[in-house]
Amino acid sequence: MALTLATTAAACGGGDDDGTTADGVTTITVATFNEFGYEGLIDEWNAANDDIKIEQVKVGTWDDAKANLYTKLAAGSGLSDIEAIEGDAMPAILAEEGAFEDLTDDEIDGRWLPWVEEKTLNADGQMIGYATDIGPEGICYRADLFKKAGLPTDREEVAGLMGTWDDYFALGEEFIKKVPDTAWYDSSGGLAQAMLNQVANPFETDDNTVEVENDELKAVWADVTGNIEKGLSTKLPQWGDDWTASFQNDGFATMACPGWMLGVVEGNAEGVEGWDIANVFPGGGGNWGGSFLTVPSQGDNVEEAKEVAAWLTAPEQQVKAFAAKGTFPSQVEALESDEVTSATNAFFNDAPTGEILAERAQAVTVQPYKGPKYSDILQAFQAAVLRVDDGSQDAAESWDQFVTDVEALG
Amino acid sequence: MSNSTTSRGGGTQTVPPTREGSSAASGSTGRTPRPEWRQRLTRLDVRLSPYLYISPFFVLFLVVGMFPLAYTAWVSVHDWSLIGGKGEFVGLDNFREVLGNPYFTKQLVNTISIFLLSSVPQIVIAVVLAALLDNQLRGRTFWRMSILLPFVVSPVAIAIIFGSLYGDRYGLINELLGHVGIDPVGWHTERFASHVAVATMVNWRWTGYNALILLAAMQAVPRELYESAAMDGAGRVRQFVSITLPMIRPTMIFVVITSTIGGLQIFAEPRLFDETNARNGGSDRQFGTITMLIYDFGWQLRDLGRASATAWLLFVVICAFGIANFLLIRRIGALGGDR
Repeated sequence: MALTLATTAAACGGGDDDGTTADGVTTITVATFNEFGYEGLIDEWNAANDDIKIEQVKVGTWDDAKANLYTKLAAGSGLSDIEAIEGDAMPAILAEEGAFEDLTDDEIDGRWLPWVEEKTLNADGQMIGYATDIGPEGICYRADLFKKAGLPTDREEVAGLMGTWDDYFALGEEFIKKVPDTAWYDSSGGLAQAMLNQVANPFETDDNTVEVENDELKAVWADVTGNIEKGLSTKLPQWGDDWTASFQNDGFATMACPGWMLGVVEGNAEGVEGWDIANVFPGGGGNWGGSFLTVPSQGDNVEEAKEVAAWLTAPEQQVKAFAAKGTFPSQVEALESDEVTSATNAFFNDAPTGEILAERAQAVTVQPYKGPKYSDILQAFQAAVLRVDDGSQDAAESWDQFVTDVEALG
Repeated sequence: MSNSTTSRGGGTQTVPPTREGSSAASGSTGRTPRPEWRQRLTRLDVRLSPYLYISPFFVLFLVVGMFPLAYTAWVSVHDWSLIGGKGEFVGLDNFREVLGNPYFTKQLVNTISIFLLSSVPQIVIAVVLAALLDNQLRGRTFWRMSILLPFVVSPVAIAIIFGSLYGDRYGLINELLGHVGIDPVGWHTERFASHVAVATMVNWRWTGYNALILLAAMQAVPRELYESAAMDGAGRVRQFVSITLPMIRPTMIFVVITSTIGGLQIFAEPRLFDETNARNGGSDRQFGTITMLIYDFGWQLRDLGRASATAWLLFVVICAFGIANFLLIRRIGALGGDR
C-alpha cells in the first residue's frame, strides 16, 4: 500500500521476473557497477553448475546503480538477487531494517580483514554484506608525460617525490609549467575523494550528527578548489564522457588509484602506452571504496543468492577477480596468497601491483567515520566541487550552496 | 467507433414512432405491456450504449490517470518517505517548502526555456516538412518514413550520440567551432547553451513524428480548394496560408497541446545528457528540469511528500500552458479567415 507511486517507476525498468524456470534451473542475477572482474568467474560457475546459473547486470557507475537500487527497494520488487553496494553507501544500507538478508554464516567466519568485516555489520550485529574488495590507493601516472616534463619516470623515484599533498601539488605545478596542455590529475572529484578518505570525520560525528562545517573538511575544500585555480585539475566531472575521453588525449598525468581503478584506467586508456603505478600515497595511506555483495530480502531465491554471493567473495575467486581487473581482495587468505603477492600488471609497465597494493593497504591509518547520510552528502560535495570546476560559481558561493544542500537532505 | 454508434442510433431512432403507433392502435383493445417494456429497453440502449462503448477508456483513465493524480495529492500533504512510507499529515508544508526552494524557481525557468527552445522550432519545422512532403514526390513513402526514423531510435542512443557531439572539451561541435575560430562552448556548464543542446535532442526526436501527423491532416484537405484557389490566382504561399493552415487547425491544436505536455515534462534527455554523478542537470542545475527535481526529491532525497507537491505544481503549470496555447492557436486559425 505504502508505495504504489513508486511501482510505476519501477515497472519502467523492465520487470524481468527472476525465478526458477520450468526445467528447474534457477537464474541468480548479480547487479554490479564499474568493473568487478566477475566475467570469467561467472563463466566458470555456469560451466560447473547445472541447477543455478549466474547472470550479471552491469551499469556504468555507482550513482546510477544507487538510483536504481532505491527505486526498486521502495517498490518492493525488481531488484537483482544479489546487489553490489559501494562501500561509502554501506552505512545507509545497514540502516534499512529488514530489506536485506542476514548473511551471517559460521563457515565464513574470519574470511575478511577485521576492519572490513566491521563495515558489514548492522546495529543488531547481523552481517548484511559480503565484502568483495578494498581500495588501497597508490598514484597512477603517465611515465611518458613525466619524461616530457623532465621528471623522473622510475616508479621508486616517483614515489619519493610525493610523500605529502604539498609535495604532490608542488610537483604538479612544476609539471604543468613544462607540459601546459596536460593537467596534473584527472579530476577535482577524484582528488576530493582521496583527501576525504584521510579525514576521521569528514561529514558526520561518531553519533551520526551531520557536521559539515568542520576545519578538516574546509581544509580539503581549500586544497581542492585552490588547485582548480592553479590549473592542476582537468576540471572534468569524473566518470563523464569528457573524462573518459581525456585518457586518450593526454588530458592528465596522474590520478589517485585504488586497486579497482586499475581496470578502469586500462579500459579507458586502451592503446595508450606509458602508464605506471607508484607505491606511494600523499599524506599517508588511503582507502577508497571497496564494495559489498548484499542479498535483498525481496528476491525469490535468497538461499541460492547467498550461496552465489559466498562463492563470489571467497578468497579463491577474489584472487581471480584481482588478476582480471585489479580489484584488491579484502579476504585474509587471498591477501596472503602467492597469486596476489606476486601479481604484476602488464598494462602498468609490469608493476608489481600485488606487492604495491598490499603495502598501500598497510599504510592506511585512518578509517573515516561514515554514517547513513555519507553517500548523499558526498554527492552534494562532489557537485559543489564541480561548480567551481566549471566556473559556474566561485569557491565561497559554492560552499554556501553545499551547506544549504546538506540541510535540505533533512 | 463513434461512427458506428451514431449510425446505430440513427437507425433505431426511426423505430420508436412506428412502435408507438402500433401500441396506440392496440391500446384501444387492452393492455399490452410488452412492447412498452421493449421500447424502454431500446431507448435505454440508444442512450447508454454509446457511453458503454467508450467506457473502457474512461475506466482505464480513472484507474491509471485519476487515481495517481488523487493519490499524489494525498501524498503531497503528508510526510512521506520513499522507504518508510506515510508519516504525519503536514498540510501545505511540502508545497511551501518546494516553492521556497531556490532550485524550484531555477528548474521551472529551465523547463520553460527548454520547452520554448524545443516546441517552437519543432512545430515550425514540422509544418514546413509536412508541406514539402505533401507534394507529388518521387519515392514518397521513403521520404515519409525516413523523417520518422529519429523517433524510432531510443532516447538513450540519442543521448549517447549527442553527448559526444556536445562534449565540452573533446566534442565534435566544439572542435568544428574551433576550426572557424570560435571559442569552445560549455554545452554542459553554460545555462543557455545547455538548454540549446537539450532542445536539439528533443527536436531531433519529435519533429518527424509531428510532421507525419500534420501531413496526414494536410492530405485530408480537399484538393478542389487548391484548384479553385489556383484559378483565382493564388500562389503556393497564399494557398498554404489561406487554405492549408486553417484546414489543419484541429490537428495543429492537438500537436501543440501534446508537445506542450511533453515539453514541460522533459526528463530523459537532460538526465542522460548530464555528466555529473548526481545527475540533477549539471553541477549547478543549469539544465535541470522540474521532472528532474521531482526525481531528486523523491528518489535521491527519498522524500515522496516534496516530490508529490512538486508534481502537482507542475500539473498546474502544464494546465496553464495548455489552455494558453489552445486559445492562442484558435486565434491563429481564425486569422486565416476560414470559419
